[in-house]
Amino acid sequence: MIIKIFLITIDEVNAMAEDSKTSNALLNATGIPLHTIDDPEVARLVVHHNTVVASHMLPGLHLNVKQLKQGIQAEIILEQGIEIKKPVHLCFGMLPETGIQKIDLDVRIKKQAKVAILAHCVFPNAVSIEHIMNAEIHVGEGAEYSYFERHIHSPHGGIKVYPTAVIELEPRSRFKTEFELLKGRVGEILVDYQTTCREKSVMEMMARISGIGNDKIKIKETGYLVGKGARGVLTSRIAVRNQAIAEVYNKLRASASHARGHVDCKEIVQDQGIATAIPIVEVNHPKAHITHEAAIGSVDNKQLETLMSRGLSEDEAVELIIQGLLS
Amino acid sequence: MGIVEVQNVNLTLGGKKILVSLNIDFWKGHIHAIVGPNGAGKSTLACTIMGCEGFGNFEGDILFEGESIKSLSIDQRARKGITLGWQEPARFEGLSVRKFISTIAKNKKEDSIREKLTWLNLNPDLYMDRSVDKTLSGGERKKIEVASILAMEPTFVMLDEPDSGIDVESLDNIFEALRFLKKCGATVVLITHSLAVLKQAEHGFLMCHGRILEKGSVEKLSRYFENKCIPCDHKNIPDNN
Repeated sequence: MIIKIFLITIDEVNAMAEDSKTSNALLNATGIPLHTIDDPEVARLVVHHNTVVASHMLPGLHLNVKQLKQGIQAEIILEQGIEIKKPVHLCFGMLPETGIQKIDLDVRIKKQAKVAILAHCVFPNAVSIEHIMNAEIHVGEGAEYSYFERHIHSPHGGIKVYPTAVIELEPRSRFKTEFELLKGRVGEILVDYQTTCREKSVMEMMARISGIGNDKIKIKETGYLVGKGARGVLTSRIAVRNQAIAEVYNKLRASASHARGHVDCKEIVQDQGIATAIPIVEVNHPKAHITHEAAIGSVDNKQLETLMSRGLSEDEAVELIIQGLLS
Repeated sequence: MGIVEVQNVNLTLGGKKILVSLNIDFWKGHIHAIVGPNGAGKSTLACTIMGCEGFGNFEGDILFEGESIKSLSIDQRARKGITLGWQEPARFEGLSVRKFISTIAKNKKEDSIREKLTWLNLNPDLYMDRSVDKTLSGGERKKIEVASILAMEPTFVMLDEPDSGIDVESLDNIFEALRFLKKCGATVVLITHSLAVLKQAEHGFLMCHGRILEKGSVEKLSRYFENKCIPCDHKNIPDNN
C-alpha cells in the first residue's frame, strides 16, 4: 500500500502519541526520558516497521514520508539558513520478533543551515529481523549536520543490520556521524558509509560496536577529500569477545592541496574473537597529508596492571577498559 | 618485622641479573625511599613486589605481614592493600576521571572523589568528566594516579619516580598526599633518583646494580648519593672501595 506524502500537525502528533502504545514502547526501549522528546521544540519522527506512529516538525524543517511495504521512504529537508536549536529525534524500530524494516532517507541540509539528529534504532525483541537503511545526504555550503545513531538490540543475536549512506559535503560544510551498537547482541552488521568532502569541508565518521557470541561486524568507511583544505577523520572502536568477528575497512583519499585526514582504528580482542583492520590511505596531491593508526589485540598490559594493582580482578579491569574505549 | 620483607631475592631477566641477593624490610607506617641511578633495579624491585607480569620468576621470597605473597596475582596483592604508582601512568581512552577513581575507591561517594582531586590541586569541576587519556599531560595523569591511590586507601604504597613530569607546586601536593597516607597508617616507598624526593622519606636504601649498597637515615644516604653516586663514572657498578 502506498500512502501519499503528508505533513503532520502538532495536534495530530499529540493524538497519535497518546493513542499509540507502540510509539511509547519504542521510545521506552531507547532508555531516554520521554519528557526530553515530548518537547514542542524537539522535532521527531517515530517509525514502527512501515508506519509513522509519531512525528513533529518545526518551521523550516520539512518531512515527507512515503509508506513502503516493508518500511518507509523519507525526505528530510532543512531550509537555507535555518538552525534547529535542539537535536531532532528519529526513532526507527520494530517490536515483533521477526520482520524486515527498510528505511530510505533522503536528507538535504540547505546552505548555512544547522541541525543535529539523535537517532535510535530499536529492536528489543528481535529473533529474526532485518533492518536495512539507505541514506543519501547532501550538506549544503556552510551547513552543519551531525547524526548520532544508537542501536538497541535484543539479546538473541538474530538481527541483521545493513546501514549504507552516501554523503556529499559542499564547501565549508561540516558533517559528523557516530554509530553506536553497544546494547544487546549485534547479530550481523555491515556499515557502509561514503563521504565526499569539497573545499574546506570537515567530516568525522565514528563507529563504536561491541560484539559477543557469534556476532559479525563489518565496517566500511570511505572518505574522499577532493576539495582544497578538506579535512576528514575516520574512527573505529570495536570490541569482540567470545567468537565474534570484526572487519574494519577504512579508506581515506586526499586529492587536493592542504587536504588533511586521519584514520584511527582500535579493536580489542578477547576470548576467540577475531579482528581485522584494513586501513587504506591514498594521497595524490603533493600538498595533501593523511595519517593512520591502528591497534588491534588484547587489552594493553599497562592499563590492565594499573587497574589490577588497585584491586580490580582481571575480568573487571578488562570490562572497564572496554567500556572506556567504547564510551 | 617489616610489613613487607624482601628475603634474599634474585631475579634474572634476559640473562642479566637485575636483583642480586636483595634483603629489605619496609617498616610499617614509615616513608621509605629507594634511591639509585637509572638501571639500578629500583623499578624492577617495585614490579616484583607488586607481582607484575614477567617479574614472578625470582629466587627468594617476599612476605607481607609475615606471609609469603610470592604465589599471589597482582590483584590479590592489591586486595591485601599493596599498590604501585607507575613512573609513566597508563592512559585510558574514554574512561573518565570520575569512573576511574570511583571504581577503585573504597568510599565511592562523589564528595570523597572530589576531595581526593582537590588534595592534588586538581579542580574537580574541570577534571571529573575528562578522560584519563592523551588529552591530559603526564603531570596531570600522575596526580590523578595519586588521587586514585588515595581513594584506594592502601596499606603499602610504592611510587615510582613521583616527581616525574611534575612541576614544583604539584610536587608539594604529592608530598602532602604522601604524608596523609602515612598519617592514615600506610607504609610508603618512594623510588627515585632525586634528592628532593629522597628528603621526604624517613629511611632509605641505596641501590646499585641490583644490590643494596647502603641503607639508613636520609641524611646519610643523601651524602653518600651526592658524593659517591652522582660523580660516579661507573653507573650501576657498585663501588666496593
